[in-house]
Amino acid sequence: MSERQYVIRRARILGGEPTDIAIADGVITAIGPDLPLGDATEVDATGLVALPGMVDLHTHLREPGREDAETVLTGTQAAARGGFTCVHAMANTDPVADTAGVVEQVWRLGREAGYCDVQPIGAVTVGLGGTQLAELGAMADSAADVRVFSDDGKCVSDAVLMRRALEYVKAFDGVVAQHAQEPRLTEGAQMNEGLVSGELGLTGWPAAAEEAIVARDCVLAAHVGSRLHVCHLSTRGSVEIVRWAKSKGWDVTAEVTPHHLLLTDDLVRGYDPIYKVNPPLRTADDVAAVREGLADGTIDIVATDHAPHPMEDKECEWSAAAFGMIGLETALSVVQHTMVDTGLLTWEQVAERLSAAPARISRVGGGHGRPLAVGEPAHVVLYDAEATRTIVPADTASLSRNTPYAGRELPGRVVATFLRGIPTVLDGQLQEVSS
Amino acid sequence: MKKHLLSAGDLTRDDAVRVLDTAAELLGVAQRPIKKLPTLRGRTVVNLFFEDSTRTRISFEAAAKRLSADVINFSAKGSSVSKGESLKDTALTLQAMGADAVVIRHHFSGAPHRLAAAGWTNGAVVNAGDGTHEHPTQALLDAFTMRSHLMADAAPEPGAPAGPSGGMGRDLAGKNITIVGDVLHSRVARSNALLLHTLGANVTLVAPPTLLPVGIDTWPVETSYSLDDSLEKADAVMMLRVQHERMNASYFPSAREYSRRYGLDTTRMNRLPDHAIVLHPGPMNRGMEITADVADSGRSVIVEQVTNGVAVRMAVLYLLVGGSTNDEGEA
Repeated sequence: MSERQYVIRRARILGGEPTDIAIADGVITAIGPDLPLGDATEVDATGLVALPGMVDLHTHLREPGREDAETVLTGTQAAARGGFTCVHAMANTDPVADTAGVVEQVWRLGREAGYCDVQPIGAVTVGLGGTQLAELGAMADSAADVRVFSDDGKCVSDAVLMRRALEYVKAFDGVVAQHAQEPRLTEGAQMNEGLVSGELGLTGWPAAAEEAIVARDCVLAAHVGSRLHVCHLSTRGSVEIVRWAKSKGWDVTAEVTPHHLLLTDDLVRGYDPIYKVNPPLRTADDVAAVREGLADGTIDIVATDHAPHPMEDKECEWSAAAFGMIGLETALSVVQHTMVDTGLLTWEQVAERLSAAPARISRVGGGHGRPLAVGEPAHVVLYDAEATRTIVPADTASLSRNTPYAGRELPGRVVATFLRGIPTVLDGQLQEVSS
Repeated sequence: MKKHLLSAGDLTRDDAVRVLDTAAELLGVAQRPIKKLPTLRGRTVVNLFFEDSTRTRISFEAAAKRLSADVINFSAKGSSVSKGESLKDTALTLQAMGADAVVIRHHFSGAPHRLAAAGWTNGAVVNAGDGTHEHPTQALLDAFTMRSHLMADAAPEPGAPAGPSGGMGRDLAGKNITIVGDVLHSRVARSNALLLHTLGANVTLVAPPTLLPVGIDTWPVETSYSLDDSLEKADAVMMLRVQHERMNASYFPSAREYSRRYGLDTTRMNRLPDHAIVLHPGPMNRGMEITADVADSGRSVIVEQVTNGVAVRMAVLYLLVGGSTNDEGEA
């Protein structure tokens, strides 16, 4: 038996009829019924859905700087358990990923870990300071081959700077991924501004503060003929603005997080900071709108915004707590629950939104986002859509426990993940990998 | 009653009337030469204050001491945020000391909820003001003060015990209460809106549009942008303090304009019905939301609110820590 050869038996590719998939040396070599086993290792996938390896465009791996919350190794292990073969590491580390040196460090750490390809995202401005462009070209030219730039966590609020960034990255086919949050409208903001914030006496984060920036950036991107990506869109108004921009033919893409597809600001009523996130949980009407937007293609992708935080940053008063929730290991289950089981998306569309489209937006190499077809790189996820599981915070590869789904029953379970033909997860368990 | 008093919304109409009736009985204690009852002897009440508030702290301290509780004052201002001890560790410390009740004042909304819900302490948690959220004992003392003035002529309900204060056994059904000022940032307004509604009063919140929260149309209150339109039917008017930090944040153009439109002066006071009273939770900005003439007038019950505050807090501590459910007449 060879470690480099597998035959996956009776997998339902994109939810279709059961068939076998043969993998050798990192490539899909055959698809069809009753493939010969030869020297290969057999993997029984009866009843399992096969999807292309998922690509997360929005992951906080925290290294360098906050290795108490997450490292590249633990974060990519969590990603593998969630069915991801590629994650994009956000730039708000310490030091900030605003130079070729830092992005190459993160890229190298990902290669060493070996669980998932790590594609660094570069900061738009020096130190996320919002005043001076970082050396975007140097990061693009580095070994990390950066094409996505974002000050995520902060908004590039200066309109001139945003315009220049959008223009400048055209030189290397880059894209600016904007964290849309008008800073003056959100000073001290703690949760969605609405009837719940009024009751709870927590400073509101109005939908208008997101929508104003989304609208401005769409217009700017159109004006200078650039690509814009809207991070973690969360409101009905943002969906409508992006729909309008796309109707104009403008090159705008958008993402939604799993938690914005499922959770609402009613959960804040107990003041448990596990539900504190930025952008904040919105209303049921916003949840309906982002689901519609994802279904009709207005929203191109689901991205996790996996944001690990140590226990002490969540076990405190709401206003003292950190923003963010982990999500790599629950993303596909939440998408199944909110989009597939509701009839809004097919598995083929799930593959588009969680694999093909994010890879296209980021121009990432490594064969990510490719279909499950003969000759394609063997990035494969086997998923048991019939399973249900109750989420237990400690059952994670992440160093952090800040999942908002604790105790919740969610459908589906990732059974196996193959990265370039190497299983990073088998039988739901992380495997040893040698990079 | 629930185990904790976190929100005025935790109280049913009967709970609230019971607190007010108990307070009425306890008010008599303050008029005795020896102002002390043995009710909470051997119990420990911790005043956990993360925010300076001498007025509220001494009110709770006096209340607990008059019930013979052991009182620990824990001033933890600012210690929970970035350095020093976390709220969790503070709570675990108090639990280890055997606190029967924790009276918590905090600059962050919801801190008392965290303390009560996270399982860090077994004691009853009393919210003594959290951020811009709620201040339920303030609302109770306001309701107590209103009831003793506005319901005094009404006969006690059958079976209600006699007491030193008017309105025993009654709620505030049908009374028109106008609350004026910075509702957006006011914990007093939130708690009063909930409690007064529970007690059957008609509440009108008056403020410039910038100082009313989004979603206020879902609250059980009327709202108005005009103080002048809200005076003639009011049985009580409560003026809220305008915090200095709001004055330069474009909520209104200037302190003078605010005073002209939303301040209570003698001219406006004279348009109130004869029986109407004026309240203020203190501390007042004389000349801003209320003129000195009004604050010192015969309609002002502001000093009385302070006295009633001790009695109401005694009642709350008694009912949460000392009282068995059917034992009302002990005081």
